[in-house]
Parts: sequence; C-alpha cells; structure tokens
Amino acid sequence: MMDKLKGFYVKNKIPVWVVLMVLLVTMPLYVSAGNMRIVCRIMLYIILAGGLNVISGYCGQLCFGIAGFYCVGSYVQAILMKTYNVSYWLALLPSGIVAALIGAVVALPALRMKGIFLGMITIGFSELMRLIALNWTPVTGGAMGFKGIMAPTFFGIKMGGASKYYYIFLFVVIAYMFCTNRVIKSRVGRAWMSIREDELAARSLGVDAKKYKILNFMYGSFWAGIAGAIFVAYSTYVDSTYFTLDEGFNVLGMLIIGGQGTLVGPIVGSFVAQVLTESLRFINVWRYVVYAALIILMMWVRPQGLIGASGSILAGSKAGKKKTKKAEKIVKSEGKEA
Amino acid sequence: MAALLEAKGVSKIFGGLVAVDNVDMTVNKGDIFGIIGPNGAGKTTFFNICTGFYTPSQGAIYLEGQKISGLPCDQIAKKGIARTFQNIQLFKYMSVLDNVKIGFHINTRTNLFDAIVHSKTYKNDEKIIKEKGYAILEEVGLSKYADTMAGNLPYGVQRKVEIARALALEPKILLLDEPAAGMNPNETDSLMQFMLMLKEKGHTITVIEHDMKFVMNSCNHILVLNFGQKICEGTPDAVKNNEQVKEAYFGKGIIAARGTN
Ligand SMILES: Nc1ncnc2c1ncn2[C@@H]1O[C@H](COP(=O)(O)OP(=O)(O)OP(=O)(O)O)[C@@H](O)[C@H]1O
Ligand SMILES: [Mg+2]
Repeated sequence: MMDKLKGFYVKNKIPVWVVLMVLLVTMPLYVSAGNMRIVCRIMLYIILAGGLNVISGYCGQLCFGIAGFYCVGSYVQAILMKTYNVSYWLALLPSGIVAALIGAVVALPALRMKGIFLGMITIGFSELMRLIALNWTPVTGGAMGFKGIMAPTFFGIKMGGASKYYYIFLFVVIAYMFCTNRVIKSRVGRAWMSIREDELAARSLGVDAKKYKILNFMYGSFWAGIAGAIFVAYSTYVDSTYFTLDEGFNVLGMLIIGGQGTLVGPIVGSFVAQVLTESLRFINVWRYVVYAALIILMMWVRPQGLIGASGSILAGSKAGKKKTKKAEKIVKSEGKEA
Repeated sequence: MAALLEAKGVSKIFGGLVAVDNVDMTVNKGDIFGIIGPNGAGKTTFFNICTGFYTPSQGAIYLEGQKISGLPCDQIAKKGIARTFQNIQLFKYMSVLDNVKIGFHINTRTNLFDAIVHSKTYKNDEKIIKEKGYAILEEVGLSKYADTMAGNLPYGVQRKVEIARALALEPKILLLDEPAAGMNPNETDSLMQFMLMLKEKGHTITVIEHDMKFVMNSCNHILVLNFGQKICEGTPDAVKNNEQVKEAYFGKGIIAARGTN
C-alpha cells in the first residue's frame, strides 16, 4: 500500500502539494477551536520528535534527554520576553541558538560514549536542566515559573489562541521539514548517516566523526529549543514540571512509532500518539497504558516504525533477510544474462 | 622513483603480543606493492597502523616524507590514504551509489548552510558527486547495482563497492586488505585486470592477499611478514624462491593447499 501511495504521489506531485497546502492553511475554518488545540499539540510534538529524529534517527546517537533542550528553549524565550522585554519574534532565534550551544556541550561525552551510555548521560542532562529551572529562582522564577507570556501580534493581528497560534506552529513545522529535508540529502546528512551505519568506515573515508556528531546534536537541539520557545507563548506560562524525563521518553515513543531516520516519521508518530490518547480519553489514565503497549508492540514487530523502510538499519535482521533473497534473485538472473 | 608511503621501524605490541615487529617498508609511486604472510602474521595490524586506526608502539609512518602516524584516521584519509577492510565495512543499509557518495566527503565542501540554501557550493558538489560517482561505478563495473542496497550484494561484489568507495577519495595510495577473498576465480581475474588498469592510470596500490597467483601476477614488489617480522622482500621471483618464505608457508601448508602458480 505504501508503494501505491508513493507512486500516486510521484505522479501527482504538484496537485498533491497544492491540495495539502490549501487544507493546512484553511484548517481553522473547518476544524473546531477545541480540536485546533489538538492540532497544535501535534505540531509541537512534530518539531520535538523531529529534533530528536535528527540526533537519534539520522546519526544513531541515543538521546533520552530531548526534554532538556526543550526546557532550555522555553526558558530562554520566557526570560528574554518577561525579564528583558525582548519582543517575541526577536527572542525566537536566540532561544534556538542557546539550546544548540548546550547541545554542543552535551555532545562532548558522545565523542567517547555510545549507545546506552550516551543515553544515560542525556538523562542526567535532562534532569539537570529541569532542576536548574526549578531551583534557580532569581532567574527562572523557581517553582512559580513565568506567567502571562503573551502571544505576539503579526501585522496587527493578535496570534493568541489555538486557531491563530496554529499558523506559527505551521510555519515552524514547514521550516523544519524544509531545512531538514535539504540537510539530510546533502554531504552533511550523508556524513551523519555514515556515522550511524559504521563509524570506523566513515572515519576511514575522512569523515570527522567528532565534528559531525557535535554538529548533529546542535542541529537537533536547535529545533527542540525553537519548539520550547514557541510553546511558552502558546501556553502563556511555563514552569519546570513540563520538562520531566517522561516528556523525553514520550517524544522518543512517538518517534519510534512513526519511524526513526525518516522525514515523515515524526509527523506520523506525533499524529498517532495524540489522536490515540485523545480518542481514548474515556478510559482515563488507561490510555497511557495503551500508548505504552503500542510502543512495545512497535519495537517488536516493526522497529523501523510505521514509515520506516523495511530495508533500514533499524529493521534489523528480520527485514534484511527478505531483501537479501530479493537481491539474490536479481544477481542470479543477471548472472544468467551474462 | 619517489617514495610515497614509508614505514620506519614500525612495531605494534598488544599486551604481551608483538603483532608487528620492527617493520620497514617503502612503497614507491606507481607500485602495486604486495604484502603476504600466513594467518596472524600482522598484515592487517600493519595496515591499521598505516591508516591511523592504531598508533605504532614504535617507529613511524611517512606519506611523501611527512610523518602521519599519530594523526587521527580521518586526517590520514584527508592526506591521501584510502583503504578497504578485510571484513568488508560497507554502509550495508545504504545504496551502492550512496556508499560512493560518502567517499566524496573530503573532496567536497558543502556545510549546513550551503545545504539549506542550496548555495553554489552545494550545487557544484552534488554535480561533481553525481558525475564522478557514476563514472567510478562504471569503471568498476557496478553501474547496474547503483540503487541496490550494498548489504544485499554477494561478497565479491561488495568488495568491489568498497574499492569504488575508496577511489572516490581520489587517494594518493590505496590499501586493499584481501580484496579477492570471497571472489570466484573469474572475479579474481577481473579484479587483477582492474588493479593493473588503475596502475596504468597512475594509481599506487598496496595489497594484502592470500591468493598467490593473484599476488605473483599483479605485484611488482612483495613484502613477506611472519609473526610480525619482515622475513623477505623483493620481486615476485625473488620471493618465490626464498627459503624462509617457503618454510613459513609450507609450515602452515597454505601454499600446498592453494597451489603456487
Ligand atoms: N586489537 C587487537 N588486540 C589484541 N591482539 C590483536 C589485535 N589485533 C590483532 N591482534 C593480534 O595480532 C596478530 C596479528 O593479527 P592480524 O590481524 O594483523 O594478522 P593478519 O596477518 O592480518 O592475519 P589474516 O591473514 O588472518 O588476516 C594476531 O595474533 C591477532 O590475534
Ligand atoms: Mg588480516
């Protein structure tokens, strides 16, 4: 079915995009205000899962601490706006950049450690950010956090409320998709993927693994920081309780469901997670159990995620075998020709 | 003739094991330089020293007279040494073409911002990578596999992909670790022709290989290692008739098993 969809898309690229864009831009007209809140949540998590996807999906650096970068971006935005009266728009980029710089620091241990050990470090980092936010009261407002963070105005239109703020989310999601699509199809993205697949081989080809791992962490955490920055003016308040480890695992869960190392994975993952937890509201907290079970199930039967190709490194040996048989057939038939 | 790659008194000690013992080597420009020796002789370890995967316990490696041992391996690759691996280290889950594209890393400049704005640098790089990438695949005879996932190919073909990827670095010298392993006699033969063609084109190659026929017919100079030590060095004929070499090999029965030519 995936192939059919893809075929249809390739044939009708322009109309598909026009329809999609019109549907997206007019969404507040045909979706209720209540549901727009869910749409905004989906978009927020697309950006977060997208940032994580760059780090763990494209470069294979295990990161449980995406909430730490989300926290940094949120607080930088809140502090700049509330303490220093910087305008919303001017504060956005610095929020992303500070998160990226901290990403570079977190990447340093990644140069020596891999896999679960790196994962542990990112857990520690994430908690450290939350605890600083909670306890550095003079700067972060402590347990009270910041209140009354106002949504910006755009050409005189106040962007407050889900139906309007949606456009800011939409813009950032599109910007993320646009940039990341280009980066992963370039020399930089290929260097990241080569490190994910086989770091020794990559280095033997002259890929400076250290530099590219740091750059990778910076790029991913930049987007998580931006997500935080736009989140605070959407919710209008922020405190440290948003940035627990749970949140980091939650985002990772979405990414696993959607498919790591694919562009569309974060979109699908965030969508499935939100729709699932919203539509199961009637079973209360049990919906999170369902969500957790789904993650386990995915890891089991489809580790590459809903979108991931069966031939990806994440699919592991199961899918690999199938493909090998196919390739062997190709080779054999070609042998006959020759 | 100019010395391209030199090893001077190189040793590598693992715990109590002397894997490479005081080895000197001079590879000249245009050589196909063979390194042979029984299993465990230290050949791969020696390659790992030349390419910066290991630092030598003693001695040093020079490329065009410049000391390179001690540099990290990506720096050494940038200086002009490309290699393949005995146990094939391709990017298995990527297409053959993408494998080769990564080989162009050091010869291209695109950074993050170039990629995002599709700058001139990006466009130039991608153009070069595409043209030269396909040209290399054509040369190695792999065009038809360009979009196949590398890990799905038979070993013989994978070895060629690895060579193609290494060629993309446009290296000064190419180190091949048992390139004919896993190939049938036909493939081995075409690999030999291919190496001779590369030599014609001005490439310099150092090759580790167990297949004596392959080594004797393609290399112009051979170095023999045994228990980490150089026991003999010279032209194929000189090596073939050396008593110590015969001893080292007949002791292990390798020549007897594979046939000497
Ligand atoms: N990283 C290492 N740590 C400890 N010992 C090692 C290491 N690498 C190699 N050795 C040992 O060094 C010796 C030489 O190994 P090496 O792989 O260089 O031999 P080789 O000549 O390439 O053999 P083969 O023909 O089987 O490939 C062996 O005894 C091996 O066990
Ligand atoms: Mg070896």
